[in-house]
Amino acid sequence: MPTEEIIEILLMYLKAFAVGGAICVIAQIIINITSLTSGKILVFFMLAGVVLTALGLYQPLVEFAGAGATVPISGFGYLLANGAIKGAEKGFFYAVTGSLSAASAGVTAAVVFSLIMSLIFHSKTKRN
Amino acid sequence: MTGKNAQNCNTNYLRYVRALDPPTKHFKNCLSAFGVGGLICTIGQFLRYMLGFAGLSGDELAGAVSVILIFFGCLLTGLGVYDRIGRHAGAGSIVPITGFANSVASPALEFRTEGYIYGTAAKMFTVAGAIIVYGVFSGVIVGIIYYFI
Repeated sequence: MPTEEIIEILLMYLKAFAVGGAICVIAQIIINITSLTSGKILVFFMLAGVVLTALGLYQPLVEFAGAGATVPISGFGYLLANGAIKGAEKGFFYAVTGSLSAASAGVTAAVVFSLIMSLIFHSKTKRN
Repeated sequence: MTGKNAQNCNTNYLRYVRALDPPTKHFKNCLSAFGVGGLICTIGQFLRYMLGFAGLSGDELAGAVSVILIFFGCLLTGLGVYDRIGRHAGAGSIVPITGFANSVASPALEFRTEGYIYGTAAKMFTVAGAIIVYGVFSGVIVGIIYYFI
């Protein structure tokens, strides 16, 4: 592999780390100041992702940082909004169903794996 | 020290403590959130490259990466490791998609004692339900707006 490509890949890791970390720091600062619960933080960041994507501001961040922008929960909002925007090009039906279709992989994985884990493991939180 | 003097001393001391305490704690919290959150995103980027080499692309690639991260989020929650990471990392473990997985798996495990239907299955969506409800609702609004533009 040529060195330029290796540098590009390393730079991409660095960008993913910096942007992903920065999004988490913003959340941490909000938690520190307002002491919001984690559920509310998740909802607000997801909504922020939806709004920023709808305004066309999140797409450049995804292109810049890759997983640094898609892995945080705002990336889930990006997925929802992006699905809706893409669906809107096909017709009204797809404009309405597009967002949940785009998010189906994540939701399905979370439900299926959680059910499997609850069959295998016992709750560890209470024991600590 | 009695009366006014002691009170003055206390308020001064409390002001001194408040001036010193929060910034250091905030800074440490933010630093660990940055480190853990960044690390999870870097793992996501690594998976993107690996699955990209395996021939996936576009939506399929993005979906596969989040499915794998959600799997590990659920597994680490099941093993009891994720809550231990969360105690130190704060938002660094909440905000990435693994935190979403944790918010689904954690009540699923915890409420198993109430049965598989009203416990595990119903309580699974205590936090994730809110995300899905407002996510889908806002997604539909965005879709309709883009349709009519």
